[in-house]
Amino acid sequence: MKQINHVVEMKNISKSFPGIKANDQISFKVKKSEIHALLGENGAGKSTLMNILFGLYQPDEGAIFINEQEVEIENPNIANDLGIGMVHQHFMLVQNFTVTENIILGSEPKKAVSMIDYAKARNFVVELSNKYGLHVNPDAKIEDISVGMQQRVEILKTLYRGADILIFDEPTAVLTPQEIDELAGIMRNLVEEGKSIILITHKLKEIMAICDSVTIIRRGKVIDSLVVEDTNPDELAAKMVGREVTFSVDKIPAKPGEPILIVDKVFAKDARGLNALSGISIEVKSGEILGIAGVDGNGQSQLIEAITGLKHVDSGQIILSGKEITNLSPRVISEAGLSHIPEDRHKRGLVLDFTVGENMVLETYFYPEFSTNGLLDIKKINQYAEKLVEEFDVRTPNVQTLGRALSGGNQQKAIIAREVNKDPDLLIAAQPTRGLDVGAIEFIHRRLIEQRDKGKAVLLLSLELDEILNVADRIAVIYEGKIVGIVDAKSTNEQELGLMMAGAGEKGVEAANE
Amino acid sequence: MNKVLKFFTKESSLVPILAIIMGLLFGALVMLIGGYNPLLAYYSLFKKVFGDLYNFGETIRQITPLIFTGLSVAFAFRTGLFNIGAAGQFVMGSLGAVIIGTQLSLPAYIHAPLAIIVGGLFGALWGAISGYLKAKRGVHEVITTIMLNWIALYLSNYVIYNYLRAKGQQRTEFIKDTASISFDWLSELFGFARLHSGTILAIIAALAFYLILWKTKQGFELRAVGFNPHASEYAGMNVSKNIIKAMFIGGLFAGLGGAVEVLGVFKYQVISAALPNAGFDGIAVALIGANTPLGVIFGSILFGVLTYGAAGMKLGAGVPIEVIRVVIASVIFFVAASGIVKYILALFQRKKKEVL
Repeated sequence: MKQINHVVEMKNISKSFPGIKANDQISFKVKKSEIHALLGENGAGKSTLMNILFGLYQPDEGAIFINEQEVEIENPNIANDLGIGMVHQHFMLVQNFTVTENIILGSEPKKAVSMIDYAKARNFVVELSNKYGLHVNPDAKIEDISVGMQQRVEILKTLYRGADILIFDEPTAVLTPQEIDELAGIMRNLVEEGKSIILITHKLKEIMAICDSVTIIRRGKVIDSLVVEDTNPDELAAKMVGREVTFSVDKIPAKPGEPILIVDKVFAKDARGLNALSGISIEVKSGEILGIAGVDGNGQSQLIEAITGLKHVDSGQIILSGKEITNLSPRVISEAGLSHIPEDRHKRGLVLDFTVGENMVLETYFYPEFSTNGLLDIKKINQYAEKLVEEFDVRTPNVQTLGRALSGGNQQKAIIAREVNKDPDLLIAAQPTRGLDVGAIEFIHRRLIEQRDKGKAVLLLSLELDEILNVADRIAVIYEGKIVGIVDAKSTNEQELGLMMAGAGEKGVEAANE
Repeated sequence: MNKVLKFFTKESSLVPILAIIMGLLFGALVMLIGGYNPLLAYYSLFKKVFGDLYNFGETIRQITPLIFTGLSVAFAFRTGLFNIGAAGQFVMGSLGAVIIGTQLSLPAYIHAPLAIIVGGLFGALWGAISGYLKAKRGVHEVITTIMLNWIALYLSNYVIYNYLRAKGQQRTEFIKDTASISFDWLSELFGFARLHSGTILAIIAALAFYLILWKTKQGFELRAVGFNPHASEYAGMNVSKNIIKAMFIGGLFAGLGGAVEVLGVFKYQVISAALPNAGFDGIAVALIGANTPLGVIFGSILFGVLTYGAAGMKLGAGVPIEVIRVVIASVIFFVAASGIVKYILALFQRKKKEVL
C-alpha cells in the first residue's frame, strides 16, 4: 500500500463573494495524524476555506486532493463519504433527544423492517466514546449536559460517520479553561488513533499548546505555513495581524476614588426558581476596574441582570452613584449613569435587523436631539452614527447597513461605541471580547482602561482568566452566587484564582461581607 | 420610469410577481384537468372586472376592506405578533359604526367621522384585549385572537338582536344619511357601484402605517420589539406596553375597515352566522404583500380582482367558483414557498447568462 503523506491538500483555491475576495489563491496541506491550525483574524477567510472543504461552498478556482486523489466536493454528503467531518462552533443538536439519538440521527442502524436498532447504536457509541477517552453518557439528554459534553457529542457524531479528517471550528470559544484542557487531551487521543485534525482558531495559546503545524491566513491569502515548534506567539500574532501586537496591556496604576456601585447582600433567583445570587456584595470605585472571575454558571449573568434592572432582586440593595436603583426599570437605571456591554451581543446587544444607525441610538432614540414631537430625526441619527463609526473604527459600508451584515468584532465595536459614548459613571462589560480576534481584543481592552483613566467605574466580567488578570485592578471571585474572595490583580496568579473559583479559597471573604 | 422599472425588476418585487404568474398557471392546469378552457376563464375573469364601469367600481369596493385587514395583520406582524383576529376586530368596527350611525342624530360633518372613529376604537380595543393577555398573562395571541373572533361575532349578533334590530328583520335599521360615506356622484358615474370614501381612508391608513413604523419614536420601539424583544428590554423599552400598542393599532386598522364597510356599502349590519371573509383574507394579503404597506395594497388589488372576477369566470367559462380559490391558494403557496420561485428565477438568470 502506498504511504499517504498528505490527507488534505488544497491548491490555489479562490472564492469571491459580491464585493470581497474571501479566498485568494490559497494553498495548504495537512499531513496524516497531525493537528494543523488554521490561524487568522475574523473575516480572514478561514471559515470560507473550510466550508469549501466541507462542500458547503464551491471554489471559483483551484483543486482539492483528499488522500492524494483529486476530488470534487459538491455537497457535505460527499465530504462525509470522503471521511471529512466538521465540529461546528454552534452545535447542531436536538435538545430533548439523548446523546445516542443525536449521534445516530440521519444514519440510524436498522433492524429488520426499518426499526432502529437502539441497542446496537448505544453499544457503538459507548465503544467510540471509550476508545477516544470522551466519557460521554449515551443516555443523557442534551439539555441536561454541559456545553463541553455537548461538544464531545458533536465530535462523536463525526466519528460515528467514519470521519478521518476532523475540522474543528473555533472549538474553545464556548469552553471553560478546564474543558479546554480536556479537549486538548481528546484531540491528542484522536491523532494517536490515526485521525487528522484541522483546527480553526485565532487563539495563539491553543496553537502553541496543541498543534503540530499552523497555516496563517490574512485577508484571504496564505501568509505562511510553520511548524509550531519553530515559532512563538509573538511571531504568529504579528503574521496574523500584519503588525506587532502587545499582549500585556499597558496601564498606569489605578487611582480609585469614591464607590460608584455598591451591591449589598443581594439575593435573586434564576429561571428555575433557585437562588442564583445568594447574598452577593461587591463595590466598584471610580477610576478602577473590578474584574469578576468564576466558572460559568455561578451567578455572573444574574448579577449583571440584577444591576441593570433586567432581573428582579428578592432582597438586598443596589446603589449607583449614591442613588438606590434596586428593581428600577432598565431605562431609569441606564439614565442614572450606567452603560452595559452585554455578554450575548446577538440576544441583547443589537437588533440584528436594524441598521447600524438605528442600533447606535437603541437606548437614546427618544432624546430630543434624535426625535422631536414623536418623530425620529433620521438624518441626525445617521450623522451621529457616522461619527461613532468613524471614532471607534467600526468597519461597515455605511450606517444603513444592517447589524446582521457586520462581522462579530465590528458588531462588538458598535456596541462599545454606543455604550462608551453615553459617558456613564459605571461601565459594565460582560465577556466583551468573546469570540473576537487579537486586534479587536486589544482595541476593546484599551477602551476599557481609557474609561477607567477618565475616572469611570468599570465592572468587567470574563470567563478568560488572562483577560481578567491583564485588565482588572482588583479581582472578585464568584462561586455559587457569592463572592468568595477579593484579590489584587498584581499580586495574584492563575493558581490562586483557580482554587477560589472552585470554591476553595476564602481569602478576603470577611472584607467582602463586612 | 426607470425607477418604476427598477422597482419591478428588484428581486423583492420580482418574486411575488412571479409567484402570482405561477399561481395563475397552476390554476390553468387545474382547469385543464377539469375540462375547462383556462384562456376563456381568465379572459372572462378580467372582462368581468374591467369590462364595464359598474363592475370596476364594485371591484374597488371589494378591495377596500382587504387593505384594512391586510394592514391590520401586517402591522401586528411587524411587532412579532400573529393577529388572526382581524375578522373579529372588523366585526366590532362595524358594530361601533352602526351604533353611532343608527342611534345618534348629528350633522353630517360630525356624524360620519364620529361613526368611523368609534368603529375604529371598537376594533382597536378588541385587538388590545389580545395584546394585554399576551403581555401580562402570557397567553399566546393566536389563541386569544381566534377565540375573540367568535366572541365578537356573537356579541355583535346579540347587541343587534336585542337593541338595534329593525322590526321583523334580521338586521339593524339603516344608518342615518348623515352617517353615510357614499360617494353619490361618483357612484352614479360608475353605474351605481357602491363606491365610498373609505377607499381613500384605506390609502391614508397605508400611509399612516408607513409613517408610524418608520418615522416615529413609537414605530422604532415597535419594530425593535418585533425583531428582538430581549435587546429591546435591555435598551430600556417596555416590551409589554409595546405589544399592547401593536395589537391596539392593528385592531384599529381592522376596526376602521369594518366601520367603512357598514357606512359606505351596506348601511346596516346583519345578524350573521359567519365571520367576514375579509378578516382571514387579510392574513393572505399581508403575506403576499410581505407586510409592507405598498405590498398590502397590491395584494388587496390582486385578491379583490380574483374574487370579484370569479363570478365572471363562472358565467363566461362555466368554471366553478371554487377553482378561483385554487388559484388564490396556489398564489399564496408560491409566495410562501418563495424558495421555489427564487430557484426558478435563478435557473432563468443562469440561462440568460449562458446565452450572453
